[in-house]
Amino acid sequence: MKISLNGLHKAFESRIRLGIMSALAVNDMLDFNSLKEYLDLTDGNLASHLKGLEKEEFISVEKSFVDRKPNTKYIMTIVGKKAFNDHLKALEKLIKSQK
Amino acid sequence: MKEEQDYIRDIAEIRFMMERSSKFLMLSGWAGITAGIYALSGAYIAYKFFDFNPDEIVYSSPSESLFSNLLKVIFLAIIILILATGTAIFLSYKKANKRGEKLWNATAKRLLINMAVPLIVGGFLILILISKGLIGLIVPFTLLFYGLALYNASKFTYDAVKILGLIEIGLGLISAYFIGYGLLFWALGFGLIHIIYGIYIHYRYER
Repeated sequence: MKISLNGLHKAFESRIRLGIMSALAVNDMLDFNSLKEYLDLTDGNLASHLKGLEKEEFISVEKSFVDRKPNTKYIMTIVGKKAFNDHLKALEKLIKSQK
Repeated sequence: MKEEQDYIRDIAEIRFMMERSSKFLMLSGWAGITAGIYALSGAYIAYKFFDFNPDEIVYSSPSESLFSNLLKVIFLAIIILILATGTAIFLSYKKANKRGEKLWNATAKRLLINMAVPLIVGGFLILILISKGLIGLIVPFTLLFYGLALYNASKFTYDAVKILGLIEIGLGLISAYFIGYGLLFWALGFGLIHIIYGIYIHYRYER
């Protein structure tokens, strides 16, 4: 596992990935365009971060067609949910301990 | 190593993104205020010019022109509805534009779907009531179903909408008991309460 000493997961070091996970935590699923709008990113940038999260198996991808146009939806996996929650707890702990 | 400042910013980013991706926050306070003003003028016109003031569940109006007056009142209500939603959409569009965001997105869609189900059910039920001559129940049922729609949709927008919904439901129930004061309750629920809500949203979120 890529978890550093303080309990923070390496995958969430980037604030963009944190943002993607936050949006997916409160939505059953989100398509590429919605994510792009919320995070205000270019296609390539978002795609590379999504690929990274997919590699960690934090998100799963569902491909379908809407009006013959490809539509990709992203869902947070159980592994992803746990990692995200652990990350939140670690953040909380760190802030508390530094006060 | 990240500093404490960074952790706090991380948390802030998480909160911001959760809210942004799940709540529609483009509703304008001014939309509430204008909707209230339209509703108050509508209630006044219905009372003053169309002599509309149902006193019992089965309207016992002495006038023979009941049917034509009722049609006029329904027509008036539809115009008010179009004006109010039109203004709300226009103001939301302006607000979204100002923030450089799109109006029509996943959160807007969700808000609308969650409002639409109770509203459409209520609309059909009211049409059925009218066809059975139960005119006195129109006002309580519009308030009730509007309140239910707001309560249902409140998860996807400002928390204050939940309270607005509960107030409308309460007024709907009370007005179902005091049928004779229907128009007054209607003016209160759609007029005054909307104006107060609009002012609250404006001062709380738009300054």
